[in-house]
Amino acid sequence: MPFLLQAMVYLGAAVVSVPIAKRLGLGSVLGYLIAGVLIGPFAFSLVGQQADVMKFAEFGVVILLFLIGLEVQPSTLWDMRKAIFGLGGAQVVGTALAVAAVSMLLGLPWQTALAVGLVLAMSSTAIVLQTLDEKGLRQGPVGRAAFGVLLLQDLAVIPMFALLPTLATIAPPVAHGEAAGHGAGNLIENLPAWAQGLSVLLAVGVVVGGGRYLVRPIFRFIAEARLREIFTAAALLIVVAVAGLMQTVGLSPALGAFLAGVVLAESEFRRELETDIEPFRGLLLGLFFITVGAGIDLRLVASQPLTLIGIVLGLMVLKFLVMFGLARLFGAQAKAAAAVATALAQGGEFAFVLLTFTVGAGVIGATLAALLTAAVAVSMALTPVAMILYERIAQAIDAAIPTQVPDTGDFDEGEPDIIIAGFGRFGQITGRLLTANGFRSTVLDSDIEQIELLRRFGRRVHYGDATRLDLLRQAGAERARMLIVALDDREKTAELVETARKAFPDLIILARAWDRRHAYDLLANGADAVERETFEAALSLGTTALQKLGYRAHRAHRAASFFRRHDRKTFEDLRPVWGQEEAYILASRDAAQTMDRLLAADLSRLRPGDGGGDWDTASLDVELKERADREAARS
Amino acid sequence: MDEANPGEASTGIVTPATGGVLLTLAHPALERSRANRALAKAAKSLPGVTFHDLYETYPDFAIDIEAEQTALLAHDVIAVQFPLYWYATPALLKEWFDLVWLHGFAYGLEGNALAGKRLFAACTTGGAAKAYHAHGYNRFSMDEYLRPLEQTAYLCGMVWETPFVVHGAAVKNDEELKAEADRYKARITSLLTSADADLGA
Repeated sequence: MPFLLQAMVYLGAAVVSVPIAKRLGLGSVLGYLIAGVLIGPFAFSLVGQQADVMKFAEFGVVILLFLIGLEVQPSTLWDMRKAIFGLGGAQVVGTALAVAAVSMLLGLPWQTALAVGLVLAMSSTAIVLQTLDEKGLRQGPVGRAAFGVLLLQDLAVIPMFALLPTLATIAPPVAHGEAAGHGAGNLIENLPAWAQGLSVLLAVGVVVGGGRYLVRPIFRFIAEARLREIFTAAALLIVVAVAGLMQTVGLSPALGAFLAGVVLAESEFRRELETDIEPFRGLLLGLFFITVGAGIDLRLVASQPLTLIGIVLGLMVLKFLVMFGLARLFGAQAKAAAAVATALAQGGEFAFVLLTFTVGAGVIGATLAALLTAAVAVSMALTPVAMILYERIAQAIDAAIPTQVPDTGDFDEGEPDIIIAGFGRFGQITGRLLTANGFRSTVLDSDIEQIELLRRFGRRVHYGDATRLDLLRQAGAERARMLIVALDDREKTAELVETARKAFPDLIILARAWDRRHAYDLLANGADAVERETFEAALSLGTTALQKLGYRAHRAHRAASFFRRHDRKTFEDLRPVWGQEEAYILASRDAAQTMDRLLAADLSRLRPGDGGGDWDTASLDVELKERADREAARS
Repeated sequence: MDEANPGEASTGIVTPATGGVLLTLAHPALERSRANRALAKAAKSLPGVTFHDLYETYPDFAIDIEAEQTALLAHDVIAVQFPLYWYATPALLKEWFDLVWLHGFAYGLEGNALAGKRLFAACTTGGAAKAYHAHGYNRFSMDEYLRPLEQTAYLCGMVWETPFVVHGAAVKNDEELKAEADRYKARITSLLTSADADLGA
């Protein structure tokens, strides 16, 4: 098929199916996979030979790892050693043994069973990270644990290539079995072991040393030439070169790219490298997912549906259980452990490579390998679905057992002067100011992570939804003087203000407002005073801006004070018409103009040089000058 | 406050080796004042002068008392430069005296942290020199108007230096201002050298 036509098919499939999948809430990965299945040889058969495209697409994984490396400072990597070697090692060994045990129960000889276990212990870096990214989980503890495991799996591939041939039970079907898959391009396999080890060390040394000392001057040189596309080319060149080098010494190209990324994470070109390479990652990964989808042998699926379903479900459940148990053992919370275990439950792209390799080495039979390849591909396709399932179940559990959260805690601080509802970025500042001034406060918050964090800092925070009247009573609202509502939720804030006003008529209620409209609503609901949450911060930043633009501090301070005064006045002026939509819009248009005019007049009082204004002596100076002239004329 | 030895600050801060001039400038709109800008520019270039712009440091009037007292302790000559507003100092300079020159620190039985130091006032006026005279429309001399500062120095056991005054500041041309700035510079230099002499003695 002509190249352009083929490119058109791939791009067209992606452009059509990914947005639809995304709209349906399935995520982009599943969209690509479905696109792949549709254009694949077993459905509409729009694309032919997959092998070339597959190689190209696998480079997407290499780029992905490079980009991840760029985000990981070497020190972070050291901090993650427990996740990588502890959790990661345990996952590979544990999963391999569990899968092997089940395979033996199903009648495979132990050697083959172990090989299957090792192959299936791998997870898909591309799918896991893309999925976690989309769910916003990649930066947190879930992402760290998953990433640690994936990194170790990449490392584990190296010894696996050495280990797997020793498990051979059947005669290799091809004479040059070794050459299949992994062996291709490996220039050092004929060297003695010590030389191989040495060349691996040397290659790693080249990547680290080159990244440290060679790449920077080269990039500086290129950057000075100001040729954007050459910079991009150079960035790609680095990734390709490192991947090639790693392949030559028999290391995983992805691992090498990751290493190169880590080395360059501290260079000043990090951001540029990231933005330049990012688009390639997206497209190539997409291509990768499409090829995985296209590789699913629908005929095999159709001929042995039950076996395949059994293998896929068995694999995913087993991998989930092992990972969940291990994550819990390593101290993760149940919810996080379930997320990690769900994310890592599929087979990985390395399984494809390893399966080809094992068939060549006579470890696993061709039929079984084909079945497993299909199973791995299907399990990859099911990962986004599994993640959706996980989310649903987690939500259901959260909703069903709210008792899982920390207890409210005893309200034994004595009678508080102030109850603070919401102790995040806003409430903490208000609260600290008040407690520093000797007022006793009781703090309520409903964000579990926030509470745990605050408790670790030794702050007493009660868990609970402050809109619940019984909880407010328990917190001492009947005797407190003031309630400060500092929630980060517009509706809850309004609800709480209204509830508290009805139940405790004498309580002073102050509330954090989202914006002007919210502020009016809160005042209407019975708040005694409100503060728009970003107003003072924005004004303060504006003051700093004026100073950096050359204003003296006192002038900038006064300019901001004038602004505040006029804005507050406008706010009060418009309050009576709030709620009558038409009148409000008309009045606010007028008010905005009036405010601009009055503010401009006030600010002109601060402007030096045009006579009049604060601390200006121009009119006095004229008089003094005239007086001096008169006196001079008289004498 | 500590019952401290004289000279050892009653704030508990050990007085560092003192020296130089602390030039405290108070002008609420320095961008408008040619005279005060010219004077300040001339003086702050001198080695041994610590320039301290009050309105720039405390635009919201929230004076850091401890930091200010430390600065006072670290210098031999306390100079205040300001425009005369309604025959007195600008508001923030008054606030500075009110909040920083405290009983027990600057004056009172145990307040002798500033004793022996010198207080020097540099002041600009709008009116001409002859207005500050019994027969002028301001009716009193500059000495009279600066009495509150002079008495402050006396109460704190400080030496009151002859004030430096620029009259008719706003009507002076660039050349005249330059001459005033040079005169100011010379005066502060003389304060610095006599401070050195004191130290050497």
